[in-house]
Amino acid sequence: MNFAQNSFFIALSLFAGGGVISLLLNRRERSANFFGSAFAILGSIFGIISAVSVLFSNNAFAINIPSSFPILSFTLRMDYLSAFFVLIISIIALFASIYGFGYAKHYFGKYNLGSLGFFYNFFIAGMIMVVTANNALFFLIVWEIMSLTSYFLVIYEKNDEKNVQAGSLYFYMTHAGTAFIILAFLLLYRSVGSFDFDIIRNNIGLVSPLSQSLIFIFALIGFGTKAGIIPFHIWLPSAHPAAPSHVSALMSGVMIKTGIFMMIRIFLDIFAGGPVWWGISILAIGAVSSVLGVLYALAEHDIKKLLAYHSIENIGIILLGLGSALTFDSLGLHTFAILSLVATLFHTLNHAVFKALLFMGAGSVISKTHTKNIEEYGGIIKYMPLTALFFLIGSLAISALPPFNGFASEWLTFQSLFAGIRSAGGVAEWAFVFSAGALALTGGLACACFVKVFGITFLARPRSEKVKGITESSFSLTFSMAILALLTLILGLFSGSVSVMLSKIAGNVTALKDDTLISDINSSAIRTSDGFASASLPSVFLFFGLVLLATFIIVKIVSRRQKEKKVITWDCGTNLGPRTEITATGFSRSIITIFANILRPSKEMEVAFHEENPKYFPKASTVNLKRMKIYHAYIYEPLHKLITEASSFSQIWANGNVNAYILYIFLILIILLTAGVIK
Amino acid sequence: MIKILIFILQFALIPLLSPLFVGIIRKIKAKLQNRQGANIFQPYSDLRKLFHKDEAISHDASWIFRVMPYILFASTILISFSLPLITTGFQNNLFGDFLVVIYLLALGTFFLALAGIDVGSAFGGFGSSREMTLSALAEGGLIFSILTLSIIAHSTNLADIVRSIAGLPLTALLPVLLSFIGFMLVLLFETARFPFDNPATHLELTMIHEAMILEYSGKRLALIEWAAANKLLIFLAIGANLFFPWGIASSLALPAILIAFGIFIAKLLILSIFIAVLESTIAKYRFFRLPDLLLTSFILSVVAIGLIL
Repeated sequence: MNFAQNSFFIALSLFAGGGVISLLLNRRERSANFFGSAFAILGSIFGIISAVSVLFSNNAFAINIPSSFPILSFTLRMDYLSAFFVLIISIIALFASIYGFGYAKHYFGKYNLGSLGFFYNFFIAGMIMVVTANNALFFLIVWEIMSLTSYFLVIYEKNDEKNVQAGSLYFYMTHAGTAFIILAFLLLYRSVGSFDFDIIRNNIGLVSPLSQSLIFIFALIGFGTKAGIIPFHIWLPSAHPAAPSHVSALMSGVMIKTGIFMMIRIFLDIFAGGPVWWGISILAIGAVSSVLGVLYALAEHDIKKLLAYHSIENIGIILLGLGSALTFDSLGLHTFAILSLVATLFHTLNHAVFKALLFMGAGSVISKTHTKNIEEYGGIIKYMPLTALFFLIGSLAISALPPFNGFASEWLTFQSLFAGIRSAGGVAEWAFVFSAGALALTGGLACACFVKVFGITFLARPRSEKVKGITESSFSLTFSMAILALLTLILGLFSGSVSVMLSKIAGNVTALKDDTLISDINSSAIRTSDGFASASLPSVFLFFGLVLLATFIIVKIVSRRQKEKKVITWDCGTNLGPRTEITATGFSRSIITIFANILRPSKEMEVAFHEENPKYFPKASTVNLKRMKIYHAYIYEPLHKLITEASSFSQIWANGNVNAYILYIFLILIILLTAGVIK
Repeated sequence: MIKILIFILQFALIPLLSPLFVGIIRKIKAKLQNRQGANIFQPYSDLRKLFHKDEAISHDASWIFRVMPYILFASTILISFSLPLITTGFQNNLFGDFLVVIYLLALGTFFLALAGIDVGSAFGGFGSSREMTLSALAEGGLIFSILTLSIIAHSTNLADIVRSIAGLPLTALLPVLLSFIGFMLVLLFETARFPFDNPATHLELTMIHEAMILEYSGKRLALIEWAAANKLLIFLAIGANLFFPWGIASSLALPAILIAFGIFIAKLLILSIFIAVLESTIAKYRFFRLPDLLLTSFILSVVAIGLIL
């Protein structure tokens, strides 16, 4: 037993202990909350220790505990890739737990804190085991633990009917996804004869190209459903907002990344790459998910739903990196494949950090205003200055503005796509051109969306009574946000070193095996290995700070005698009120109009008149703005219709006559027997 | 010694010259409209006047409103560090990458749009909405037009691009020209010019940039006006030097620098005349026709890339 392994088991036991203890303390909500959070915090710290020790002192380990069932064994293995994901999960879980300790206080007297602690701890433990499981059956068990605990967290605020509905949708979709995953694993088992990932990896030659492609499609659908790729994302925008905010941070920040992890694991590690169309189809899915994700986010006014749509967008960006990596790998462009996988991993890390930060900021606002509708916010920067500052930093990071971490990983993703444009050739080259175009559009729209969110939520005057008199959130909330905000800056400033470390992880994946990577850990710049591009974010930060300071001092000296006076905003003499400010609807309306073909906006007007006849004097008018969801209209509704029709068709046979049923059983038996004999 | 002087000149050139080119464009427009027009140095006097005026700040404004002008101004100065203006002798290897330049511009725009919302007036909010809508659509064209050059140059560093395009045979210039047209369309938007925006109007139906800064006065307004002028000159310089780099000095020798300086000013003048003539001859487009222009810009650059590959 090495050090990393010990810490790992301590972490798992702490999560289990925290879960059980908080369930036992059920009635005493204060101590249930305290122990549930404390154990999760300690567990996360041990998780971080374990992952760091694997990553930095080569403490990779594998454990195999055989079970009494023949094909199931509890196999855990932590290599660099797993350790990296354990690290992300533990970091976010650590701050989410600190945050949750304060945030859960507003559930006192309303909901059961014991069950929150129980599901929360097991949820984290489930995620950590998902990324370390090394046996397909064991994987499915922990995958199910993760999915079920998160389902119970989604329906935690069960008094709201909407949350329960969101939970059901999540439950169905996640199990539809799991069905595809099971199919993929069964196909692997059929060819290799084992569920152990190591054995499958070593015997991957036994899997025929056709099966490989089928497994690729099934795994893409299965894990894509968890990751939230369009069109399998429908559960995500309703489930993530329903959960408590620190759980949303975990779900959006890290749980959906387990889907990405398994894609990397299967496509690049177990399969060691595939034909070029795999990469191109992932690029296409990434491009569609990123652009549509941000467009739907723009049209959304529920702050948590909006952030959830941004998760879809960022999963799209991550997939652009992963798709590039797969494409380069099949084209034999090894160094570019490493670059792309580094971009993928880096954006996975960055998105976890800033999305957790943003969800926490949103939760901090929601816990005070008790509404998720951004049209009812406004001017919150004056009441909650710290939350506003941290949310602003998160917004800058997610909009990929330098020198924050989002820029570093988006820059690397851009460089991967540029590398594809430069050297891929043929069909792949045009896939890269359109992906880069999609990424550019996504970047711009994300900027617009976060101007909207931050501006409407925190700036100008309060738009409703709910904002008046609110105060800054408690220390445990602001502390977690502060550290995560600092982390976005640090990851941006040290992006050079981080990307070097990530290339070590990328070079450890079977498809991209490479021990010769230059490991100049002190690199201050992110760069492509062929010298095409480099950018040094610390110097951007430094020079920006210096120029800012110089400007400030010079202006101070030049305008030293000038005074400031406080005035009211000029608005052509109208009385200033919430109605003279721009609304979130108004802000995004022009973008929605421009993308009307995708978003399909519709407008219904109802006017009530003082007298029915003649209709001269309107009393009140209502405008109802709606959007048609194309994936609902063209995929899910036809599917729904098909299933309903098929089941009504089958009613002809299912007529309730027992004799007929016995006949069916008899016929099936005969068919099976003959089939068996013939074989 | 001379090296240091040239180095300082290189990045002080943008803020020093930018008001002049605003004045020149105004003067040409005035002439085309049969007016005498103000002196070309008028923008300098305007800035001086604004810096010595008292400020009126709204009660509703938060610290975002107060720091925005400094961030906007600083971002344009930072970009001018990366631009090769008269010589490629200095290369910014730290952040001379074109994506950094574009995203630094976006950083300024981000804060500008926030400040527009911050004071809670209807004008500011709509200005921000329009600005962000169009800048989201302009980003593709901007990135791809410079990407075309960087693929030819095998580098994303602006100084490398200038050196490499300068060495290109004339026959290979078609993609450069196509992406230049794409770039010009983005330039007109980013610098708030016709047919995207009217830099001289305060009519609520049409304004974009002016709407966002309506509440500003005094030194902060001066900084914003100066930053806008810087942005104009940055875009003119990118257009003049990246797409038509001939005449730029490759060394730090004084005579070469002087000649290069003359050629640089001449190229900027030609572009200024082009903008002034364009503004005097066409009308502002309807807002919802603008995305077509920006899409055209993107497609032109994609075609240019297709021609190279």
